[in-house]
Amino acid sequence: MARNLTFSIFRYNPQDPVSVPHTDTFVLDETNHMTLFIALNRIREEQDPGLQFDFCCRAGICGACAMVVNGRPGLACHTKTKDLPDAITLMPLPFFTLVGDLSVDTGTWFRNMAQRVRSWVHTDKEFDPKALEERMDNAVAEEIYELERCIECGCCVAACGTAIMRPDFLGAAGLNRLARFVLDPRDKRTEQDYFDIVGNDQGIFGCMGLLACEDVCPKHLPLQDQLGMLRWKMGWAGIMNLLPWKRK
Amino acid sequence: MQTFQTDLLCIGAGLAGERVAIEAAAAGFDVTCLSLVPARRSHSSAAQGGMQAALGNCAMGEGDSPDVHFEDTVKGSDWGCDQEVARLFCDNAPIAMRQLAAWGVPWNRVVPGKSTYFKGGKLFEKEEKQEKEGLITARAFGGTAKWRTCYTSDGTGHTVLYTMDNRAVQLGVVVHDKVEALSLIHDGENCLGAVVRCLKTGELRVYLARVTLIATGGFGRIYRESTNAVINDGGGLIIALDTGVVPLGNMEAVQFHPTGIVPTDILVTEGCRGDGGTLLDKNEHRFMPDYEPDKSELASRDVVSRWMTHHMRQGLGVPSPYGDHLWLDIRHLGCQHLATKLREVDEICKNFLGIDPSKNLIPVRPTQHYSMGGVRTDKDGLAYGLKGLFSAGEAACWDMHGFNRLGGNSLAETVVAGMIVGAKVVDYLRDHQVSYPTGLIRDFAANQQDRIKRLISKADGKENVFTVRNAMYDALMHGAGIFRNGKDLEACVQTLQEVHERTNKIGLRSNGRGANPELALALRLPGMVRLALCVAQGALQRTESRGSHAREDYPERNDRDWLVRTLATWQPGAPLPTLNYEPVSQVWSIPPGERGYGGGKIIPADPKE
Ligand SMILES: Cc1cc2nc3c(=O)[nH]c(=O)nc-3n(C[C@H](O)[C@H](O)[C@H](O)COP(=O)(O)OP(=O)(O)OC[C@H]3O[C@@H](n4cnc5c(N)ncnc54)[C@H](O)[C@@H]3O)c2cc1C
Ligand code: SF4
Ligand code: SF4
Ligand code: FES
Repeated sequence: MARNLTFSIFRYNPQDPVSVPHTDTFVLDETNHMTLFIALNRIREEQDPGLQFDFCCRAGICGACAMVVNGRPGLACHTKTKDLPDAITLMPLPFFTLVGDLSVDTGTWFRNMAQRVRSWVHTDKEFDPKALEERMDNAVAEEIYELERCIECGCCVAACGTAIMRPDFLGAAGLNRLARFVLDPRDKRTEQDYFDIVGNDQGIFGCMGLLACEDVCPKHLPLQDQLGMLRWKMGWAGIMNLLPWKRK
Repeated sequence: MQTFQTDLLCIGAGLAGERVAIEAAAAGFDVTCLSLVPARRSHSSAAQGGMQAALGNCAMGEGDSPDVHFEDTVKGSDWGCDQEVARLFCDNAPIAMRQLAAWGVPWNRVVPGKSTYFKGGKLFEKEEKQEKEGLITARAFGGTAKWRTCYTSDGTGHTVLYTMDNRAVQLGVVVHDKVEALSLIHDGENCLGAVVRCLKTGELRVYLARVTLIATGGFGRIYRESTNAVINDGGGLIIALDTGVVPLGNMEAVQFHPTGIVPTDILVTEGCRGDGGTLLDKNEHRFMPDYEPDKSELASRDVVSRWMTHHMRQGLGVPSPYGDHLWLDIRHLGCQHLATKLREVDEICKNFLGIDPSKNLIPVRPTQHYSMGGVRTDKDGLAYGLKGLFSAGEAACWDMHGFNRLGGNSLAETVVAGMIVGAKVVDYLRDHQVSYPTGLIRDFAANQQDRIKRLISKADGKENVFTVRNAMYDALMHGAGIFRNGKDLEACVQTLQEVHERTNKIGLRSNGRGANPELALALRLPGMVRLALCVAQGALQRTESRGSHAREDYPERNDRDWLVRTLATWQPGAPLPTLNYEPVSQVWSIPPGERGYGGGKIIPADPKE
């Protein structure tokens, strides 16, 4: 039978001098195939037009709608209400700057991360429009794609104990991004170059390896494997670094 | 008020905006991109299928060339495209794909040896050549003579956009995200930048630029049911139209896809039907063979969408809280096939509907999908009407799609056009200086400030913004959907004009402070209704059927009278757009002929004596 759902939603508008952080309650009748995307839009249209939240693709591909649903970070657009109890608590992702209510600013953090890991193929080859493309093994291309599937939703960082303690921590998303380039034969950076970026407590040595990131990743990225691989490689690079005759 | 100054202002940071930005940044110019969302969340990231370029590397693509691609594109457009532009596009697409490979896109590559594939539900075998190993491969797509669609698994848009944004970061392109352009700043001759609202704080800002580019993507969200992201509401087209001098081209050309899922209108691929899926009605009766005995579910997109709509109009749709729909049945394809060949569909069904497509029917209906119309530009991407204004991507009517774009051609367009238009922008920046009259800028900003104040204080009325928006949805879906006819279009235009009046009387119910979403919609809605009126009025006047524009009362394609492109401008204060027409193409490499699908009579351009 159709349920009545009770939503407890975090409210705060930092731009409004009279606003204070609190929780508002909304009641909604559940419909077939209802998702949090549908529910939140109905609440906005029928009950509180000022309610702030982010959706974009509403198809689980863009990462805009991450929030904390009953205590767990996840994508609101592909969360079905039928998988939730009739009391639903929605909070904004922690760690990121709050824009208002359920909306946070992930863009600034991820842009900064891209700059820090220098998230592009480093090569001195000039593109030649007349030449054929450089060949690549299809299996390698598919491996790179596996790591490139991150949608920058921020769930992993929001769930990470280290990130909460160290705001400058690169997070699983940042380390995974670097791993993507370590894997890419087009990227000519040396292990030492990578080490300079992540061989510290803001990077791979800050990670406590407790797996919260992989648990919440909506794209099921193999974050643990990447963290493990980097830790191992960076450990080696660190030792090489101590042996001056090995340095290039 | 914060003011920013830059050489190139890209309104939009999807693939098209960023590709142009990269060209200018690489040439040493200052570039700022604006986006409603972080650049990587732009709708370009949602494209899964792939992008077309005649590389001819894979076995099924052998013998492909830009000429074959050109022919497919022109036919696909139903001879509505600018053939010079289509030619430019097809010739440059291979270069653009290779460049993307150099920048980091993990394209799927040719694996030599034998493998199998499905066609029309049947199994075939092919063999890839050893000498092509490791080159960019391609897959099949509708309307193409060869396998030409380059892809990265099922995440092409995602990987290409991420690579593009990486390149933009590398070159120091500045992106201001969570901002919305509300109006262009211009003096009737030159475009000088834009007035923009920050969606984090609600504050207004001014951006001054020597060149402004509109790359804001599609405007699907004027329809209630759309596969587009919720941010695709035509912001860039609205600000162009509001200048009164920049025309929008072919706004009536709107593409509908047969299988958006209900309720959220997420797309499930044409591959479902390609691999043998069927469409059922409320009695679980397979109805397509009744209408199209030969092709059934495999008729072209427009044709299937039309019959589905017709069938629901007969009262044979499945009622639901979200409106009527039909069923897509892929149960008989089997778990194995679903888990491998239709993995995405399997996931979408499980994630969004909570159903297992090997056991349950999928609720689907035709859904707005792509806007062929947009800011009319010349072949260099320069908008008609204002100097210093360019446009590219889905927001532009450049115009290689004419009245129906082929799958895989739009993602490719964003980067190819971006490359070509980017080079023209660089030339323009080298040759042109501007000065910024402060009074004019102040007026444009004050105008937006005033609108905001009036909405918050309910100075003009108390209309509920959502109610008014729903009235627009209803009018469009009813009158300017898949099927069109004179009577319904007239009613639609009439209703939309009333809705337009009501948008002037909106008052907010919330306080409008900060990044208030009700205010954002209230600011945008009048423009959205104007876009809707351009669609409906253009469709009403066009008394023929061409590509995705189907008139029940004028079923024939009329080359004699309608081999023209609609140009819609909007005079300030006018109740309706002004429509003008221009020839669709200056160059005719291929004279108008049959498309080879969809049927229908053609009234030729020069009747034989
Ligand atoms: C579900 C789906 C699947 C698709 N699959 C394919 C496919 O497989 N192959 C293919 O070729 N095509 C596909 N398409 C079409 C293709 O994805 C789009 O045409 C293309 O990505 C558009 O790119 P763009 O750069 O023009 O715009 P977008 O990527 O939509 O970017 C628009 C940008 O403008 C910004 N913006 C908008 N309004 C404003 C404003 N007022 N102020 C500031 N910024 C603004 C946005 O934030 C965004 O950054 C698909 C489309 C859909 C809907
Ligand atoms: S494993 Fe490392 S990155 Fe992941 S949540 Fe734990 S500390 Fe954070
Ligand atoms: S790694 Fe996963 S959880 Fe983290 S940002 Fe990427 S997609 Fe989200
Ligand atoms: S809205 Fe894009 S992932 Fe949820």
